Order: sequence, then structure tokens, then C-alpha cells
Amino acid sequence: MAENQPVDDAGQANFDAVIAKDSRIEPKDWMPADYRHALVRQMSQHAHSEIIGMQPEANWITRAPSLKRKAILMAKVQDEAGHGLYLYSATETLGTTRDEMTEALLAGKARYSSIFNYPTVSWADMGAIGWMVDGAAITNQVPLCRASYGPYARAMVRICKEESFHQRQGFEILLELSHGTPGQKAMAQDAVNRWYAPSLMMFGPPDADSPNTSKSMAWNIKRFGNDELRSRFVGMLAEQVKVLELELPDPDIRFNEDTKSWDYGPLDWAEFKEVLAGRGPCNAQRMERRRAAHDDGAWVREAAAAYAAKQSASNDREAA
Amino acid sequence: MGTGEVWPLWEVFVRSNRGLSHVHAGSLHAPDSAMALRNARDLYTRRNEGVSIWVVPSDAIAASDPDSKGSFFESPQGKDYRHATYYVKSEGVKHL
Amino acid sequence: MIPTGSHHSQARDGSLAGVGPSTGSHHRNPTPYSLGDSSASATRITPGNALRPEDIALAAAEGTAHPREAVAEYALRLGDDALILAQRLGHWISRGPELEEDVALGNIALDQLGHARSFLTYAGAAWGKSEDDLAYYRREPEFRSAHLFEQPNGDFAVTIARQFIAASYQYLLYRELTRSSDPMLAAIAGKAVKEVDYHLDHSTQWVLRLAGGTEESNRRMIAGLELMWPFVGELFEDDPLIAEVGDAGVVPSSLKEEFDRATAAVLAEAGVEVPAHPMATGGGRHGRHSEHLGYLLAEMQVLAREYPGASW
Repeated sequence: MAENQPVDDAGQANFDAVIAKDSRIEPKDWMPADYRHALVRQMSQHAHSEIIGMQPEANWITRAPSLKRKAILMAKVQDEAGHGLYLYSATETLGTTRDEMTEALLAGKARYSSIFNYPTVSWADMGAIGWMVDGAAITNQVPLCRASYGPYARAMVRICKEESFHQRQGFEILLELSHGTPGQKAMAQDAVNRWYAPSLMMFGPPDADSPNTSKSMAWNIKRFGNDELRSRFVGMLAEQVKVLELELPDPDIRFNEDTKSWDYGPLDWAEFKEVLAGRGPCNAQRMERRRAAHDDGAWVREAAAAYAAKQSASNDREAA
Repeated sequence: MGTGEVWPLWEVFVRSNRGLSHVHAGSLHAPDSAMALRNARDLYTRRNEGVSIWVVPSDAIAASDPDSKGSFFESPQGKDYRHATYYVKSEGVKHL
Repeated sequence: MIPTGSHHSQARDGSLAGVGPSTGSHHRNPTPYSLGDSSASATRITPGNALRPEDIALAAAEGTAHPREAVAEYALRLGDDALILAQRLGHWISRGPELEEDVALGNIALDQLGHARSFLTYAGAAWGKSEDDLAYYRREPEFRSAHLFEQPNGDFAVTIARQFIAASYQYLLYRELTRSSDPMLAAIAGKAVKEVDYHLDHSTQWVLRLAGGTEESNRRMIAGLELMWPFVGELFEDDPLIAEVGDAGVVPSSLKEEFDRATAAVLAEAGVEVPAHPMATGGGRHGRHSEHLGYLLAEMQVLAREYPGASW
């Protein structure tokens, strides 16, 4: 990464003009070191979240209660691997390799969305994750389809198209449960209770405490503040939960006619910070699983690389 | 992390239908071209996005220098006579 | 005979109101013909047209798909093989040696699960049972899977060895089954053979790479093949059911010669020997299973059995 890049007045002028026109920055353009750094941070964190986010749902693939649900869940978790890949690829255009990003993740230097540090303890969690966690993710991601960095925006277009089924399948799981036996309905309500607050916290801390938000918005990476998106999301949940005939565990949700936005009860940011700091229920487990997959796969990656080198050497010999 | 296990980066181009060009879809890692094609099939055509795939080693692509954008792409600017719309006197003449 | 094509009325790439990205109308249009290059896109998605388990269930409900007893028993064998393999492969997702391979194994698992659902749905039509009745509410001795499919994943080489044998076998089997006198079996095989063709290619590529990669990978590949090869024998055993099924099915022993030739060719290219172990006693087709199946079923069935009769 060009940390100590020389001052480039023409480059800066071009960058400013592109941002002012709301056009797109492309990989080989000159860009301020801070912009590159902010992108690598946000995009790699996003990619890591997709990859770590596979684990809580993969936890239920082998126990899915019907073959149709098993297929859907498998396809969804597999999509998340794909989305992680799209995002790693887009980040690589900024000069940081996937290998470096993986290393940063495994060393605990890079973050991923805190929500994946919560355990999936029942089947209904597959529904709540799809409806609420993916719902929050989509609310966050749709504006990113217009992010000022071209490869990021393009990756997000692809991801948003694919994710549209993720939220629906989650909603339908909850719908089936809430209209099923009393035991199933209780399972659904319990999952909604547990995932509600963490999903609201996915939008990040309040704008007043979010040091990166204003800069990201000035650069057209983010288009809306954390609080605005969170409020918009609460509004969607409040309507959709009626169809589910379930309740959100927050008596303070109401539409505020003055601000024309949705109000909600206070969130426990102390808990958020605890989980972020590594003291959540599953932080160590998630990292260990990722590390194990990476370490156990090393000999496979080495083998394929060695085979490719041998083949290419023998092709060279034949050509000579 | 050993460098011996790092697979190179490939750019993926997908043709969505006969009659259309291959369009850049994204990139991926693979040890060689055979696996790159298969990985591309698995990653970029899970929803019938393609009927044909190209993969190219990322480092084999030469790109124009974005910094010279001003001069490199200046020449065609203003050469209206290359376009049919420049020729207004013949407007309204059939089959022209 | 088999309804396809017109059932995708729902907007497949729509999202919950107002939250979907605006991607331009041509992305939403699954027009099968070219609109000129201005519509070139790498993200245009469609569900495609193929025989789905839901179509078979519909045909069964309408009474147009009703296998005779022997055919149903035969379909159960094929369905159980695919189901157990899908269950095994599903465990790899989020644990693969590289992310690209997570996606590849996921695709193969989904294909196998699709085949399982089709075969089980069709088999169930004979007995008024759904795919889920058969998958979740049969006891271990009622399963008909061969031991190969039940074997644990082991390391990546073990999984590839199992995949290589499974795909080699299923490819030949489904290729022949497309000529089945039973139109539904032929139709399921017609879809499955194309997918398994890719599974065979995938596992072949990996056998070559692992065998010809590093010393460690070569050792592991050979160990994987040694571990799995004894379960080849059971796949090609004939029994009275096969005779009863007649030209609706495929005689397993008739595939053995080509299996031996094709697998030997790949292993020769990979520079490894065909394992010479004696074949293990099978029994899966008659409900006598490996020690592993019980654990697999316990995990697979636990939730469904906690809520008998529930809908999901």
C-alpha cells in the first residue's frame, strides 16, 4: 500500500473532480492514501464477515429439518463464500493480496462483523439470521452499490442480487415456524428476541461515536449515516413482523412524525464493545475454525501450486 | 504463511448468451488455468449467468495508464464527422 | 409427462419491497435470445429449466408418477447414496482448503442433494410418502445406501478419493439409466448425468494434482485411495431386486469393466497404483450398514424427530 506516496497535485485534483461529479474511482487511478486505507479496511472487513458468517449457519446444514431447507441453507452458506470471494477480489485491486488479508484476520488484526460471534442455538436462528441479519446487511449494502470505488460497487451489485433470496428464505422459515406448533412458534419468538438488538448494532455505533462515517460519506463510499440506515431498518422490521405474527423485543418502536423516521429503544453499546473486543460468546471458536480450515488446507494449496509449476516447466521443455 | 501455497489471481470473463461478448465478471485464485476455469464455473455461473467463460492471468493484462487519460483519449473528442448525426442535410431522406 | 418451464412465475431476483438494488431492466429479463451486445452482462441470473423434485412431487400427487414396488426400491437405493453423500459433503462448507473449493464442494453437494430428493420423491410415490418421510423417519436398517457413501470425510484426499469413486460409478450408472424403460428414472438420470460428469472432472483434476503435487499430497492421495477402494466392490453387486427391476434399471455388474478401465486410466496418468486390497463385505443395499451411518442419521434426523409432523 502506498503509505508514503508523494504529493501528486494533478492526481489529487483528478480524484477530487471524480468524487465531485459522483463518478467512480478505478484501480489504477491515483487516490489519497487515506482513501485507499479506508477502503481496504472496510472491504476486507466486509469480506471477512462473509467468510466468518458462514459458520453460524453451516452449524445447521447437517441438521436442517427438511431436505428442501437443507438445500436452501447449503446454497446460502455457499453464496456467502462466493460473496467473500468477490469482496476479496475487489480489495485485491487496491494492492492488498487475499493472503495478506487472511493473515491479518487470523492474527486478530482485522475485524469482521461482531454479530457472527453469537451462537446459533436453534433452527429458528436460521430464520432470524436471514430475516434480520441479512436484512440489515442488505439495507447497508444497497447504497454501497453506488460506492465511489468501482470494483467495490460492482461486487456489491452482484452480492445484492444474490442476497435477495437470503432474506426471503429467512422470513419464510420464521413464517412457517410462527404458524406451526406452539413449540415452533416459541422457538421463532426466542430467536427474534435474541437477534433483534445485535442486528440493529450491525449498522455500527451512533454517528456521533463513529469516527469513520463522516470521511466515508465525504468520499462517497458510504451514502447514509449509521443512524439513518438503522432507523430505516427498524421501520421495515416493524411492518414485516406483523406478517410473521411475532413481536420485536422493543416496546419503544414508533414512527416519529416530527423527524419522519423510526424511533427505537436504547441499545446496549457496552455489550457491543465487549463482543467487539473479543469477549463475545463465540469469538475464539470462530477464529479457531477459520484458522483450522486454513491450516488444514495448506498442504492442498501447496500441492496444487507444485503441480502447476511442474506442468508449466514440462510445457516449457516441450516448447524448447 | 509460505509463498508456495499462494495461488495466482485470474480475471474471469463470462458470455451470458450466444451472440454476446464476454464481459468481465470478477477475479479468483487458482493454481492453473484448468482449475481457474472450473472455479470460475462454480463461482461466477451458479445462477445460469453464462454459456462460456474465459480466464486470463491477472498479470497478463496490460492496461492503459489512467494518468494519461487526458491525452490518450483526447484525439476522438470533437471529431463529429465520424458520426452519422453530423450529416444533417440528408436528414429525412429514406433508407440513408 | 414431466412439467417443466412454466412454474417460475415468481420474480426470482426480486427482493423485499424497496430494498433491492436498481440494476437496470435488462438484468431482470431472462429472455433466452440475444438482444445484441448492449445487453451483455456477467450478472444476468435465471433459474433455468430442469426437472425439479417439486415437479416429481406434483406428478406423484396427480397420480401420473407411480413407480411399481421394485422400481421404488431401486430408486430408494440411488436416492440414499446421493443423500448420504450430500450430507457428508455439506460438512465441508466453511472448512475447505481454499474458498474456491468451498464453493466447488458446495455445488457438488447441492447436485447430490437434488438427485436424492428426486429419487426419494419418486420412490415415495409408491408408498404415499414424501422425500422427508423417507429421509427423516426411516430407521438405519431401512436405509439402502452403499458403504462407500457413508465413509467419513477424512482429510481432503480421502474426500477426493471417495468423490472419484462415487462420480466414476454414478456417471456410468446415470448414463445407462437415461435409457431406462421407466420414464421418470430416465428423466432424473438425464439431469443427473450432466451434473455428475462435472463431479467426475472435478475429482479427476484433484486426483492428478494431489498425486502429482508434493510428497505429502502424494502420500495422502494414496492413503485416501487405499482407504476407500475396498468399498468399490459393493457398488457393482447384483441381487434379485435388480432382476425384478429389469430394463427400468441398470445391472450394476455390467458397469464394472468400464469403471475399472476408466479409473485405471486416471490413476495411471496420476502415477499411482490401483489399490489391491480385497473388497469389503457390503450389505448396505439390504440394510446392513457401516458403523458410521448411525451417527450421520442421528445428526441428520434429530431436529425433524423432535417435532414429528411439523412443517418447516
